Amino acid sequence: MQDNIKSSSYQQLEQKSKYTNIFLRWFLYFVLILFASYFIFPLYVMIVTSLKTMEEIRQGTLLSWPSGLNFDSWAVAWGGRGYGAGDTFLRPYFWNSIKMVVPAVLFSTFIGAMAGYVLTKWRFKGDKWVFLFLLFGCFIPYQAILLPMARTLGVLGISNSVIGLVLVHTVYGIPFTTLFFRNFYVSIPTELVKAARIDGAGFFKIFFKILLPISAPIIVVTIIWQFTQIWNDFLFGSTFSFGEAAPIQVALNNMVLSSTSVKEYNVDMASAIIAGIPTLIVYVLAGKYFIRGLTSGAVKG
Amino acid sequence: MKTLKIEELSKNFGSTEVLRKINLEIDEGNFLVLLGPSGCGKSTLLNIIAGLETINEGNVYIDDYNVSKVEPKDRNIAMVFQSYALYPSMNVRENMIFGLKQAKVSKEKIEEQLEKVAKFLQVDSLLERKPSQLSGGQRQRVAIGRALVREPRIFLFDEPLSNLDAKLRVEMRREIKKLHQQLKTTVVYVTHDQTEAMSLGTNIAIMNHGVIQQNDTPENIYNKPSNTFVADFIGSPSMNLIKGKLKQNSDKVYFIANGSNFEIPINGYNFKEKKNLDNKEVFFGLRPEHIFFKKSDEKDFEIILRADLSEYIGHEQIMTFDYSNQEVLAKFPSTIKIELGKEIKLYFDLSQTSLFDARSEERI
Repeated sequence: MQDNIKSSSYQQLEQKSKYTNIFLRWFLYFVLILFASYFIFPLYVMIVTSLKTMEEIRQGTLLSWPSGLNFDSWAVAWGGRGYGAGDTFLRPYFWNSIKMVVPAVLFSTFIGAMAGYVLTKWRFKGDKWVFLFLLFGCFIPYQAILLPMARTLGVLGISNSVIGLVLVHTVYGIPFTTLFFRNFYVSIPTELVKAARIDGAGFFKIFFKILLPISAPIIVVTIIWQFTQIWNDFLFGSTFSFGEAAPIQVALNNMVLSSTSVKEYNVDMASAIIAGIPTLIVYVLAGKYFIRGLTSGAVKG
Repeated sequence: MKTLKIEELSKNFGSTEVLRKINLEIDEGNFLVLLGPSGCGKSTLLNIIAGLETINEGNVYIDDYNVSKVEPKDRNIAMVFQSYALYPSMNVRENMIFGLKQAKVSKEKIEEQLEKVAKFLQVDSLLERKPSQLSGGQRQRVAIGRALVREPRIFLFDEPLSNLDAKLRVEMRREIKKLHQQLKTTVVYVTHDQTEAMSLGTNIAIMNHGVIQQNDTPENIYNKPSNTFVADFIGSPSMNLIKGKLKQNSDKVYFIANGSNFEIPINGYNFKEKKNLDNKEVFFGLRPEHIFFKKSDEKDFEIILRADLSEYIGHEQIMTFDYSNQEVLAKFPSTIKIELGKEIKLYFDLSQTSLFDARSEERI
């Protein structure tokens, strides 16, 4: 008898916890969807507005669906209207940015990899201090180094050029890339390096043949990080370049702020999206490695 | 000619002294085990032999040639690491021939060596696999194979079995023993596992705090430990060390434990110096396995002790007895039943006694 009573009360409890769980689950989804829509909302407005004509925009219905797929403003943003003076459009600056980003990302990643390799596998006296100072580099507010950097670029004769920007971004990327690679290589057993030394491999051979081939996750992380940072940079771009040599973020700013007569919101929105697309592409292509690389402390040998 | 000779070697990391005046010699074909607790400097010593660490003082000779400043790759050594240290991006074949390729050995010779070693270690079916696709034991074999293909003068093993599970460890231990028997190469082997050391070594050097405590054959290490550290470190459970005094009566010497007046005669003990023994404070050392429940020999010494604790471990049991407030451990077959809290007769095999100076902790 006693057992029966017990088992029925267990059943009740089980039923109860089932309902609680269902409720909590629905509540969880509700909150998640709420936050997700809040987050995606600006993007929605941007896309919708970029597809509208100025007529539609003037009606003031910010959230409404566009009347049709009208890519005119995208064409204007990318290629301009075709008349001469005062027509700013993104295409040349987009290529400026590519010419700046690709070498800057590659150089800073490579140098960071090398530095991380040395700091973990070829320890030397004072290496901790070197690393510490490099870490400081991560925390320097960029505004603080604008003047000295401008002077340096001037002396080197590469101010207002893509090369100058490549140099600046490489230099200020190194602290981060070194940090990434150092933390990655710390988790790789130093015995690998010892084994390779006994096998007769030298400094560079060990790096290229043994460590670099297993660094894919952290290389992806570094490339995404650096690409995003450099592509989205406005401060260095606007300070060290102007006119023809400016990167896309500066051009975007000029376009949006310098329009004299009417604010063309659709063109502005299209430009902003174009300026953001490359980073999105990088994320989509390498995103899963990004998470994996960030979380993988222990890469087993 | 000594295959390996280490002379007055000292090493420090900053202000921490890791190795102090180490002297070692190994003859061709010998298997030397460096044994000690973690942090005793044994791995550092091995790294120094390999050339992976620099030396502060002293010299390392391989075949009478001073290699102290020679690069690791030119020392004619090969090393097997605890984590195996197989190159993750290369398959087994590439792993094994990496060293030969660096040394620019001809392709035919490489293939020949690889085939020979792969067959010998039974890894010939794994050659195209990546290390991540191998089991622990297979990785271990490949790591040994990578060392073997180079046909080195000296093999260095750095705790190669400690990453394996207990069963596999015993298997691989036997394999390494076989390997050494067949190839008769010179080996230096670092471990903290005394069973490994005992079963593999032709010589064992016990280290503590950067100093070699005793360098001897396994039998001598076990039977005649040169100080209390060695006595305590080797054996499980370790040697009983009973604190007390010696009493000399003309030609006879007795041991009296602190807090008792019971005299244990020390007959036929090989004193280093049979002087000033009277009233000397000593440790009386006797291994648990030399205390018997039944008299097995005429010379066995009878003593009555109280049983305090029994630990059953299957094939045997470890009993703790009270000897005037000092613990004495003994190992008996698990079939014997002993009542706790009661005094029983035990028999000490006094021929196995070790005596240590209580102050210097050295064997006397």
